[in-house]
Amino acid sequence: MFYMEFILSLIGSLLLIICVLVSVAFLTLLERKVLGYIQIRKGPNKVGLMGIPQPFCDAIKLFTKEQTYPLLSNYLSYYISPIFSLFLSLFVWMCMPFFVKLYSFNLGGLFFLCCTSLGVYTVMIAGWSSNSNYALLGGLRAVAQTISYEVSLALILLSFVFLIGSYNMMYFFYYQIYIWFLIILFPMALVWLTISLAETNRTPFDFAEGESELVSGFNVEYSSGGFALIFMAEYASILFMSMLFCVIFLGCDVFNLLFYVKLTFISFVFIWARGTLPRFRYDKLMYLAWKCFLSFSLNYLLFFIGFKILLFSFL
Amino acid sequence: MFSIILIASLILTIVTIVMFLASILSKKALIDREKSSPFECGFDPKSSSRLPFSLRFFLITIIFLIFDVEIALILPMIIILKFSNIFIWTFTSIIFILILLIGLYHEWNQGMLNWSN
Repeated sequence: MFYMEFILSLIGSLLLIICVLVSVAFLTLLERKVLGYIQIRKGPNKVGLMGIPQPFCDAIKLFTKEQTYPLLSNYLSYYISPIFSLFLSLFVWMCMPFFVKLYSFNLGGLFFLCCTSLGVYTVMIAGWSSNSNYALLGGLRAVAQTISYEVSLALILLSFVFLIGSYNMMYFFYYQIYIWFLIILFPMALVWLTISLAETNRTPFDFAEGESELVSGFNVEYSSGGFALIFMAEYASILFMSMLFCVIFLGCDVFNLLFYVKLTFISFVFIWARGTLPRFRYDKLMYLAWKCFLSFSLNYLLFFIGFKILLFSFL
Repeated sequence: MFSIILIASLILTIVTIVMFLASILSKKALIDREKSSPFECGFDPKSSSRLPFSLRFFLITIIFLIFDVEIALILPMIIILKFSNIFIWTFTSIIFILILLIGLYHEWNQGMLNWSN
């Protein structure tokens, strides 16, 4: 009986990973299409039927490209950090809430926090070990940005944990049966969306790869497989962040098909933001993180503690 | 616990296989000096690229460290709510968050959060 359960959960998580990888491929296609139509041109539409197999062509092209061997680089860490980065962004998917066949952690929120905190190291090591000025600067910027926003991210997650009284992600479903958290906590949702844009280094905040200053940021020196892995890790974390937005704010009804429609819509919002918003300024980004979001989330946390005590003492 | 370790090693295996596949497929490597020098828009890199970085980043990391340690102290708060005296719990948690908030405002007031002077 135990082994049956074990094998089923293994198969479930393997299926989840494979589906995440496939959806990463199609997310890149969606991004190119949407950006194309935002800029009044067609995106990729020549390969196959309406350009649908385009991501697979891209993958094959990327993997058959030549790998570089940068001079004076720390090659082992240079080689390993994309592997580790993709590993982390796939592994964090294990805390996706499910009723059956997946790991429904009691401490899923903590698991998520641990995995996102580890994601900083891969960027830092990738930037440092490739022995290039641009890569180093991009890595530093990305690390400073990610850790600044991580404080507010953890605090906002904690205020929801205070509200629902557990780290288990499934509780988000029980507490949102009648009304979504998006409606009663709209400002928190906006802040969370901004933070997840900043955490995944997406466009209004993509200072890690601001191509006008740094050529491509921390991944300048990566060529074929390493670049593909970094890219896949980035898009997998975008998908994960949109999944988390749906879990926390949009009802968390994971057994419903509509959940995945909402997930797609949120990841569309990520692309939409890339198509519309100009890049922010770095000092403004830091002010936004430390002066605006941190005080916001701390004050909300204080409010939620009071609210929890009110509920706890009356109910 | 065991199965999460197993799935972690499984993911790691898949990802490593993908990376090795890329290494194997791209065997046309033609190593020359120009190609493997750091990319600096065609110029020869003059200085070492292990730069000492700006102190600002270091200070931001110090502030982050303080806040992260305090978040680690807040983490068990909601779990111990069910097992502890409600008055003491309320008192400690509110004092704790207030210390965090006042610390943040103090740092703001002292100009630690200013990016450029």
